[in-house]
Amino acid sequence: MLPKEMLPYIGAILLLVVGTYAIVAKKNVIKIIVGLLVVEYAVNLFLLLLGYRDLGKAPIYPAGVNPQEYLSQSVDPLPQALVLTSIVIGLGVVAVMVSLAVRLYDKYGTFDITKIRKLRG
Amino acid sequence: MSEPAEDRPERLVDDPSHGMTLVVKTITRLLAGFILIYGLYVVLYGHLSPGGGFAGGVVLGCGLILMVLAFGRRFVVQFISERGAGMWDSAGALAFLGIAVLGYLAGRFFQNFLDAGKPFQLFSGGTIPLSNIAIGIKVSACLFVVFVALAAFKLGDRDASEPEKPESHTA
Amino acid sequence: MPEVLIILYVLMAFMVIGSLIAIETSDLLSSVIAVGAVGFALSVIDLLLGAPDLALTQVVVEVLILVFLLRVVVTRRDETHETHKDTFAVGSVLLLLGALLVCCFYAFHYMHPFGQPLMTMSRPYLEKSITGTGAVNAVMAILLDFRAYDTLGEATVIFASIIGALVILRKVGRKRRE
Repeated sequence: MLPKEMLPYIGAILLLVVGTYAIVAKKNVIKIIVGLLVVEYAVNLFLLLLGYRDLGKAPIYPAGVNPQEYLSQSVDPLPQALVLTSIVIGLGVVAVMVSLAVRLYDKYGTFDITKIRKLRG
Repeated sequence: MSEPAEDRPERLVDDPSHGMTLVVKTITRLLAGFILIYGLYVVLYGHLSPGGGFAGGVVLGCGLILMVLAFGRRFVVQFISERGAGMWDSAGALAFLGIAVLGYLAGRFFQNFLDAGKPFQLFSGGTIPLSNIAIGIKVSACLFVVFVALAAFKLGDRDASEPEKPESHTA
Repeated sequence: MPEVLIILYVLMAFMVIGSLIAIETSDLLSSVIAVGAVGFALSVIDLLLGAPDLALTQVVVEVLILVFLLRVVVTRRDETHETHKDTFAVGSVLLLLGALLVCCFYAFHYMHPFGQPLMTMSRPYLEKSITGTGAVNAVMAILLDFRAYDTLGEATVIFASIIGALVILRKVGRKRRE
């Protein structure tokens, strides 16, 4: 397979790499949350790219169209259903992370994780 | 009058100390109804056009959060209390589970037991519109409750039960 | 090259540059807004790739995530100060991630090319969704009829995470017995 045909997948993995770097190497809690969000976008993008068909249409059956033509032209709906689940679960995860960040700032007065490690509270 | 004057809701709507400026409040009063109707549309027509329970539920939740942001938390909580929203949240989740268990009437867990109907009608698709409504109620109520809790959290306001600790130690 | 691919590459470059800006900038408010821009670009990519459900959900969830993050960030007045750079950690992370990219390049040879999906499971789903369930939106039919158990799991996860967030934000603590 030529690299030209897998270039979108490489782009999604590049975004994943950027997000993972942010989670591991950054010392501010908000930057870590931002990195986790970028990883989530990258994974959703990668799953969505798996289901794309060249010049395909959305998987909603329009009225008065031959079912065979609809089947041969629509994109794959299964990755879209999985990514929909993933997006909404990501919202729940961000809600928990944000409440943890608020509590951390309330208790320690800083977002720097090196200082949070040093304080005993 | 049984209530003191400053607790009546009419006094608090245009009170400049709560919520945002008058421009934001006026625009919100005009727009909030349309946003909620749009959220209901996305939930109800989920099986015919893009959207569904989750997207519509988040739109409805955003409409309620808009009202909290514009009018202030104390004003909105008079009409939609946290306990009430929490009960709607649980009711939506239980309704979704109930639809799943009722599938046993047709022989299998989660079986679509209602009539499929003709395509492109609002009342088609069996249990799918009912599931969409249950999920829409659940998602909107839970997002409202979390936002009210996040807005009510005051920083630096420790509870009295914790022993007082100094803010930082020098290493 | 078809237009869809050109727009897709431009938007993906925008996403990568936007996420790099979001991570490296020192002002917390700017980084939160940059992440919002990245999410919005993802929603446009969803629309481009024929997934309107996802575009709608992504843009609304993105706005809500921005509101939550702004609630945390706006009351802060400090910015991040990198006290000392841990070059060994950063260097080793970048090395391992580069190795991941190289391995992915070899792994993708075994996948189907971009633009020709396999659709082994989706073909019967698409056929049955028109006549069997009566729901015209195939994604909703999959989520709530063919794979409704996953949706039940998702509702449970959201329920549990919201309860967890409420417990973390609770003000009433336990009384310590001295």
